[in-house]
Amino acid sequence: MPVKVMIPTPLRSYTDNKDSVEVEGWTIDEVLLNLVDKYPQLKRHLFTDDGRLRNFINIYVNDEDVRYLDKGDTKVKEGDIISIIPAIAGGKTKFKAR
Amino acid sequence: MVEERILNSSFLNLNTEGVELTREEFLRYGRHLIMPEVGLEGQKKLKSASVLIIGAGGLGSPLAFYLTAAGVGRIGIVDFDVVDFSNLQRQIIHTTNDVGKSKLESAREKLSALNPNVEIETYETRLTSENALEIIKDYDIIIDGTDNFPTRYLVNDACVLLGKPNVYGSIFRFEGQASVFYAKVGPCYRCLYQEPPPPGLVPSCAEGGVLGVLPGIIGTIQALEAIKLILGVGEPLIGKLLLFDALKMRFRELKLRKNPDCPICGENPTIKELIDYEAFCGVTPEQALHATGFEITPEELKLKLENGEDIILIDVREPHEWEINRIHGSRLIPLSKLPEKVNELDQTREIIVYCKMGGRSARAVQFLRELGFTRVKNLAGGIDAWIEKIDPSMLKY
Repeated sequence: MPVKVMIPTPLRSYTDNKDSVEVEGWTIDEVLLNLVDKYPQLKRHLFTDDGRLRNFINIYVNDEDVRYLDKGDTKVKEGDIISIIPAIAGGKTKFKAR
Repeated sequence: MVEERILNSSFLNLNTEGVELTREEFLRYGRHLIMPEVGLEGQKKLKSASVLIIGAGGLGSPLAFYLTAAGVGRIGIVDFDVVDFSNLQRQIIHTTNDVGKSKLESAREKLSALNPNVEIETYETRLTSENALEIIKDYDIIIDGTDNFPTRYLVNDACVLLGKPNVYGSIFRFEGQASVFYAKVGPCYRCLYQEPPPPGLVPSCAEGGVLGVLPGIIGTIQALEAIKLILGVGEPLIGKLLLFDALKMRFRELKLRKNPDCPICGENPTIKELIDYEAFCGVTPEQALHATGFEITPEELKLKLENGEDIILIDVREPHEWEINRIHGSRLIPLSKLPEKVNELDQTREIIVYCKMGGRSARAVQFLRELGFTRVKNLAGGIDAWIEKIDPSMLKY
């Protein structure tokens, strides 16, 4: 079943500049695996070498964080919007804490 | 509505006893005074409130202007930078005449001119683990107008430890985020992201760019949230992450939950004091290459080019940057295209990679080294350093 995955700006260079892509899957894990299958360059940005979702990436189904649902096993249904929300830091890069 | 007001007024305990407005202030704040949600009591709350803005940059500019105009009693600003031409596209508190001047001095001038009733305090320093608690403790609300991970975690942790609300904003190109992290009543930044991304994996604004209006929108939202917290009206962005997409002109809201396992505001916190945030956020690929010697200076590169040495010079910026300036003899392969072009590169020849400032090219060097390229180096400081040291006649952006 296809669902819509929203791609955040910093990761769009790995999805041919698409801001959303349709991916098949019944659970979050399936959707994400199919997504990185389709766009292999995304993989290292979303997952660690041992295949865990990176700590600075959160996945939402509609407005809910999957960490508070069933994590990777969270079921998705037609019409759901999956969002990848990475930590972003633009702005004053020179202003570093020490 | 009444319940909300009671709920929200419990967020900040502002003492307005003995606070009076002058005749001039009655005139100045007239449009506030006639609103039931502000009124005389609300204006007195604003006058007795103090807000600390960290960074007088893109977010800090609109923030400082609106909070000063609104009559917040005391505004603190932390910054140590000087105004540069490249700031003026979005940092509207600074003008062309201020280039070269301290940002704090420039900001103070504009804010005092706007509203002399507001007490402006300036801290010409980096925010560090040593001074953060001392500076932050004297303010009711903290607003993070900087945008790098070490400062973000430092501000978050300091606010959690001191029980202060932290009004968060972040921008990238034409996307922004805003929230209010207030661990007393909701989640903190670490509930959202326990750890920062490894340096270099996420591009910064200096590399990725930012639309000048965007910090205006996000900074203004931060100012609004601060004022709502002070007045105790409406629904603050506590427990909510606001996402803004300027191109689609779309706002979305996601739920943020307090993470019971949060290392600083969870049930069993492991962080009880400020830590070393540079170490926590890791060394950048640039710093790593510098330390291991896989780096070349502009002077060394110039010598190699003059001697006609056999090198492949690769520019990993984007085509629109390449159109502005480039080092003669270089080949354009944008960083995102490197994996598909890598087979065209000869491993046995010396390869030198550059970008604008050295960050993206450091990632390219790291990538090539992982693939077994041994004769590959990063141009330290990128084309910016090349212009400064070798060819000042080139266009700079």
